[in-house]
Amino acid sequence: MPLLEVNNLTVSLDISAGPARAVRGLNLSLEKGETLGIVGESGCGKSMTALALMGLLPENGTTSGKILLGGENLPDKSEAEMCQIRGNRIAMIFQEPMTSLNPVHTVGRQIMEPLRLHRGLSKAEAFTQAVRLLDRVGLPNPEERVHAYPHQLSGGQRQRVMIAIALSCSPDILIADEPTTALDVTIQDQILELIQSLVDEEGMALILISHDLGIIAENTQKVAVMYGGTVVESGTTDQIFAHLTHPYTQGLFAAMPKLGTGRNGRLVTIAGTVPDLINLPAGCTFTDRCPLASDICQNTAPAPSDMQDNHLVACHHLAEAIKGQSKGLYK
Amino acid sequence: MSISSSNSFLSRCAHSRSFVVGGTITAFLLLCALVSLFWTPGEVIDIVIKNRFFPPSSAHWLGTDQFGRDILSLLMSGTQNSITVGVVAVSIGLFAGVSLGLLASAQRGWIEEMIMRFSDFSFAFPAILSAIMITAILGPGGVNSIIAIGIYNIPVFARLTRGSANAIWAREYVMAARASGKDKFRITIEHILPNILSILIVQATIQFAIAILAEAALSYLGLGTQPPFPSWGRMLNEAQTLMFLQPMQAVYPGAAIAFAVFGLNLLGDGLRDVLDPRLSRKR
Amino acid sequence: MSVFFAKRFLTLVATLIGASIVIFTVMEILPGDPALVILGIGATDEAVLTLTKELGLDQPPIDRYFSWIGGILQGELGNSYAYKVPVWELVGRALQITIPLAILSMILSVTLALIVGLYAAANHNKASDVSLMGISQLGISVPNFWLAVLLILFFAVKLQWFPAGGFPGWEEGFWINIRALILPAIALATVQGAILARITRSSVLDVFREDFVRTARAKGLSQRSTLWLHVLRNAMIPVLTVMGLQFANLLAGTVIVENVFYMPGLGSVVLKAINNRDTIVVENVVLMLAAMVVITNFIVDILYAVIDPRLKAHDI
Repeated sequence: MPLLEVNNLTVSLDISAGPARAVRGLNLSLEKGETLGIVGESGCGKSMTALALMGLLPENGTTSGKILLGGENLPDKSEAEMCQIRGNRIAMIFQEPMTSLNPVHTVGRQIMEPLRLHRGLSKAEAFTQAVRLLDRVGLPNPEERVHAYPHQLSGGQRQRVMIAIALSCSPDILIADEPTTALDVTIQDQILELIQSLVDEEGMALILISHDLGIIAENTQKVAVMYGGTVVESGTTDQIFAHLTHPYTQGLFAAMPKLGTGRNGRLVTIAGTVPDLINLPAGCTFTDRCPLASDICQNTAPAPSDMQDNHLVACHHLAEAIKGQSKGLYK
Repeated sequence: MSISSSNSFLSRCAHSRSFVVGGTITAFLLLCALVSLFWTPGEVIDIVIKNRFFPPSSAHWLGTDQFGRDILSLLMSGTQNSITVGVVAVSIGLFAGVSLGLLASAQRGWIEEMIMRFSDFSFAFPAILSAIMITAILGPGGVNSIIAIGIYNIPVFARLTRGSANAIWAREYVMAARASGKDKFRITIEHILPNILSILIVQATIQFAIAILAEAALSYLGLGTQPPFPSWGRMLNEAQTLMFLQPMQAVYPGAAIAFAVFGLNLLGDGLRDVLDPRLSRKR
Repeated sequence: MSVFFAKRFLTLVATLIGASIVIFTVMEILPGDPALVILGIGATDEAVLTLTKELGLDQPPIDRYFSWIGGILQGELGNSYAYKVPVWELVGRALQITIPLAILSMILSVTLALIVGLYAAANHNKASDVSLMGISQLGISVPNFWLAVLLILFFAVKLQWFPAGGFPGWEEGFWINIRALILPAIALATVQGAILARITRSSVLDVFREDFVRTARAKGLSQRSTLWLHVLRNAMIPVLTVMGLQFANLLAGTVIVENVFYMPGLGSVVLKAINNRDTIVVENVVLMLAAMVVITNFIVDILYAVIDPRLKAHDI
């Protein structure tokens, strides 16, 4: 049985203009120790999925579908039960290290909090652990740093603190939502390496969310490509990057600026913009921007087909998509 | 994904409860003021002692006061006073205060320091006391109380303007405008002012409400609008001595003040919803 | 940290000096001759002149300003022109009413505001929130002197629970005076409490939107724990500012409410003094009020630094 299994997850946000469907019919699975990457543009539903897993959707959000952690359906659980799971069995780190820590508490206190909450440690025990954790995430002078306030640390250091907090209770799953997007390029590598090594040491499963194909390529074993709230392509990282199949995946890759394009080469773009959550087409959400779109795409949502060895692609025009790989669907 | 932004201005207006209720009340008050310029149901100026203390009847819906004047008409005419005070006092504060604030924000340096020290300093003086002292210098009366209240509005707007304007100056498109050589005055008029307009309008509405309360307080103390011009505050004062004989007479003018201020506050909230949804957010 | 305090303290002193200059100048501009007002219109020119000399009013303004300030620093406030008693006595008697009234109002308003504000924030957008905010909207709109009248009509006249006015004096006992202060305190506290409740609620809701609250929840903290452990301290920062401002304004704002209850507090002292051109009393009392405002703000600033560690580090 997989550690985490998500079946047909749908997240709906109730806003004044009507219900907005942030996630539709999402399927995921994650084994112990696996790293899953979720990639897609801003607004494709990646973060909503993560929040749904944690049970931290905003007030106006509703979930349907199953989220099975070790066989137990999370949406069925009471708030109190979810509180015991968060930070304990599933932990999450967020994109903005600058604002994710409480400015009026020391970082030590913030690391100690989950330890005292979930492990029942005394203040002294939790303190020692906190220092140890700070050391483990690579913060120099942990005995001093533990008394520091967030504003006294740099962005990279704060993210390390966030990682320490997330790890403190040795969770089964770590969700990292764009952990390096807000950091300097030089720091990004360090943080990703840190996450990888800790995940390996602890044997944790990792869900890494990013819009950056490069980060996904280097750090994950499985990938799910999301667009418009659904997974359009999924498989192992090798499979996906060897055979970019779905028109959107091809577009993502084509849109990456490459060295050697020459001064006169224009950047490739996918025409159009992300769809309005209120007015999503009944069919494939990529219809309006897809070079291969036809009537059937507008009306019927494509079911995922298995290309080979569980490499799933949801597209009505698979054959043309594959043909387009060589000559390029986007110019 | 973008949420549909097809909310038109009118639909936002209709959706905001505060705007609808507040707007209706304010419109009603304006109507009373306008109508009472030409006509009131009963006597407002002339004193007819034999008519005093009539209970409510079809001729006098709320009865008459100790001078035989029709209370309903007094309340209606009182709107003129309150609205005039509100409009003029807030205008004084708005024009002087916003100018100072824009100047401070555009020039920075010691000009900004000075203007901000001055406004911080004004806040050290409790509002009522300042108004009392100013009317004491200038003498009691409607015009002077308007000036007193207006003067007190200046630092409020100066501070608000400067704070909001500073945020806009820091924005990238303004920096771009400066980099392309536009002078500060033009930037202020073309970029800064339009962006802070919503905040100013909302604050002006709130200050309007505060001005009405302040005027009522000054009139209550005898420092505001003098007889025979009707003023809600003075009505309250006059009624207080008769409180034990004619309790309702003390209730009406205060209710009118509360009603007007309530309406304006709601309107302010509503304007916040309508003009800039980002300002209000879902509360 | 000490730089922070030093800067703040210097600002305090500078503001007080500035305030004293403004007050002095204003009273100079005020038309009317104190000596004439005291003696009455029928007084002879000679008598007026003598009195003017006696009161030291013939000295040039600069001299008078400095002797005033010098007097204050030595604790010597002079005598009231109108009543010939030391200013301290007049003010002292008035303060016995105004300060307890202010404190009582403050206690009532803060208690009310925190309870209502926190409750409304915790029940965001539910019926209880909406109705509480509607009531608070009314609370802001009501003139406090009218509310005072209503309170008198209902609680004093109809129910006879509290006196309709007057102040027995502390010599008569503790509770009898508190009874006299309750209605005016409620009148003052209602308006202030309503404002403070709205600010508390919106401040709490604002903080709930912050990223670190999401982090706290992601750690497994319940909504309630998050509120008490993470939100409150951050939310109190703006609330404190307003509380400070309110207290300072309370002291002067009691003017009108005292009037309704026929209480000779600080407000009426100042009013009468302005009418009597009793310059000395006005100058000293207004300066004292301004000083209280400034000192209150100073204390609020210090509390800020205690609550928010970010301020300790910088020279803000």
